[in-house]
Amino acid sequence: MTDRTAAASPALARRSAGRAFSPGSHLRRPEAGALLGLLAVTLFFLVFGGTGFLQPAGVASWLNVAASLGIVAIPVGLLMIAGELDISIGAMIPAGSMTVAIIAGHGDQSIWLAIAAALALGVVVGWINGTLVNVTGVPSLIVTMGTLFAMQGVVLGLSVLFTGTVSVALPPEESGPVAKFLFGQFIGGAFQVVIVWWILLTALYVFYVHFSPWGNWIFAMGGDRESARNAGIPTRRMMVLLYILSATSAAFVGLCQAILFNSAQVSAGMSYIFNAIIAVVVGGVLLTGGFGSVIGIVFGTLTFAIVNQGIYFTDFDRNWSSLIIGVMLLAAVLMNNVFRRMALNYSPKRT
Amino acid sequence: MTAAAPLIELRHISKSFGPIDVLQDISLKVHAGEVLCLLGDNGAGKSTLIKILSGVHRPSAGEILLDGRPVAFASPKDAQTCGIATVHQFGGTFPLMSIGRSFFVGVEPTKGWGPFRVFDRKRANTIAVQAVRDFGITRIDDGDRLVGGLSGGERQSLAIARAVHFGARVLILDEPTAALGVKQAAHVLRIINEAKRRGLAVIFITHQVTHAMAVGDHFAVLIRGAIAADFRKGERTREEITDLMAGGEIMAHIEAAIEGAHADT
Ligand SMILES: Nc1ncnc2c1ncn2[C@@H]1O[C@H](COP(=O)(O)OP(=O)(O)OP(=O)(O)O)[C@@H](O)[C@H]1O
Ligand SMILES: [Mg+2]
Repeated sequence: MTDRTAAASPALARRSAGRAFSPGSHLRRPEAGALLGLLAVTLFFLVFGGTGFLQPAGVASWLNVAASLGIVAIPVGLLMIAGELDISIGAMIPAGSMTVAIIAGHGDQSIWLAIAAALALGVVVGWINGTLVNVTGVPSLIVTMGTLFAMQGVVLGLSVLFTGTVSVALPPEESGPVAKFLFGQFIGGAFQVVIVWWILLTALYVFYVHFSPWGNWIFAMGGDRESARNAGIPTRRMMVLLYILSATSAAFVGLCQAILFNSAQVSAGMSYIFNAIIAVVVGGVLLTGGFGSVIGIVFGTLTFAIVNQGIYFTDFDRNWSSLIIGVMLLAAVLMNNVFRRMALNYSPKRT
Repeated sequence: MTAAAPLIELRHISKSFGPIDVLQDISLKVHAGEVLCLLGDNGAGKSTLIKILSGVHRPSAGEILLDGRPVAFASPKDAQTCGIATVHQFGGTFPLMSIGRSFFVGVEPTKGWGPFRVFDRKRANTIAVQAVRDFGITRIDDGDRLVGGLSGGERQSLAIARAVHFGARVLILDEPTAALGVKQAAHVLRIINEAKRRGLAVIFITHQVTHAMAVGDHFAVLIRGAIAADFRKGERTREEITDLMAGGEIMAHIEAAIEGAHADT
């Protein structure tokens, strides 16, 4: 097995190992389009809104949006790379916040018990999603649409049953200073602490997806599920893990929001479904799987958040931001297609 | 040929998918340094049989013996660990992955230690590029290129090169020459002979009599999931083998039918 390694000629090794540094090699990466998109919207809002959205208060406004969205967008993007969708996150975010609020706020139990319960709920729902996708073979859009509505019903029903309302308070004294510090403080009065979580999680994801050997498995699963399985990859276990990751991440974002805003509402997550998919697709992930990058998803998330918040710094009416997002989505997908084709057709020397 | 236990043996293997019986009572032996050609019509069950050998499917009945000892493969990984490498009929490569990453899917080389082990891109690229170049595909010299940019035959060569690289004891090739040019097909046959010389057991599926006769020591013909003939090199004529491969029909009749169709138009 290893004796073949030595056989490689040194000249060949040099040619195949060193990544050529040319502008072209960067354009062929999945995040190329997302980076250009990010620069374009930044420029757009600089021209029409001035530098306000780059001042600390402005930066906080879009970073806060980006962080909560980003924490769910990355696992949703990984699932998309693996060839599946998860829209049940729209119910898991309120499920996470309602769980902590009901247990710690309404039930006066320990905040740590409440947090553990919210995360455990994420693990359970993720496990159900992954197992259903594996066992039934029904397209994951439909499976997770089922769990989306089912979880909405469960959250609403239990909330009314336990508290009699659809909005539960979680006063700061119930959260306690430590949980408030970790999950629900404003750093410098404006920056939500989830931004720190987002950065830490992104670093972990970048390592595991692009540098550790496991990342390779996710791309292989999205590229050709059967070949990946034939190559010895535990595709079913990976699928369940990815769904657990996305449902738990959504529950985490929900619990952070409840602790931050001192309250939770039943209906506070549906917009995340589309927003996460937009961030992921703008970020260069191929909707049909097999191609994408974590850093691209981060760029896509930032782009989305800047458009979403930047509009407030211009003279335009807020309603126009949806138009920009729609146009941007189409432009980004077209651009990503061009770059992907460049990557496919690339060969170092044309003969 | 040898008195030793066969390297790999199937005993009374049957397989059904729900109500459909695909394989019935298959018994086969392959010794080290021997090539078994598995022949048969479309849908005869050849791919299903080798999927059982490579751990993709579990047999409904019967057992697999490796070196005379019964083994059960719970997953393709198990079969790989036992030194069985398979090129499946379709796929085997990942269009949007780089050549180096595609080559090592599931067996990624790493450097570093513990939780900080990282994929060794340099080593993966070097080995993968060398392996396909050994195959006569000299147009490839950059392991970072995406597989989807290669031609169909180049992709198939990459899949075969991968199996040859990881096949320590048994090499299974399901119609490996289907998409290949004359030169590359000849190279696959050379590879099979080379693997045989190194003492591997090779199972080779093909629809081309010439290819089968060029490398086969031992032939098994499947017709509708059962072994219809099992013979050694030189025991049958080329015409007899061709007839068996056509599912037992006499090739001359089939040719006559084709002629007839021509005459009608
Ligand atoms: N997973 C499955 N479920 C149900 N039936 C299957 C499955 N896999 C294969 N079959 C059936 O088993 C039969 C044999 O298929 P198989 O792919 O083994 O044929 P083959 O001999 O490899 O044919 P070919 O020469 O066309 O590759 C076919 O009738 C096929 O429909
Ligand atoms: Mg077949």
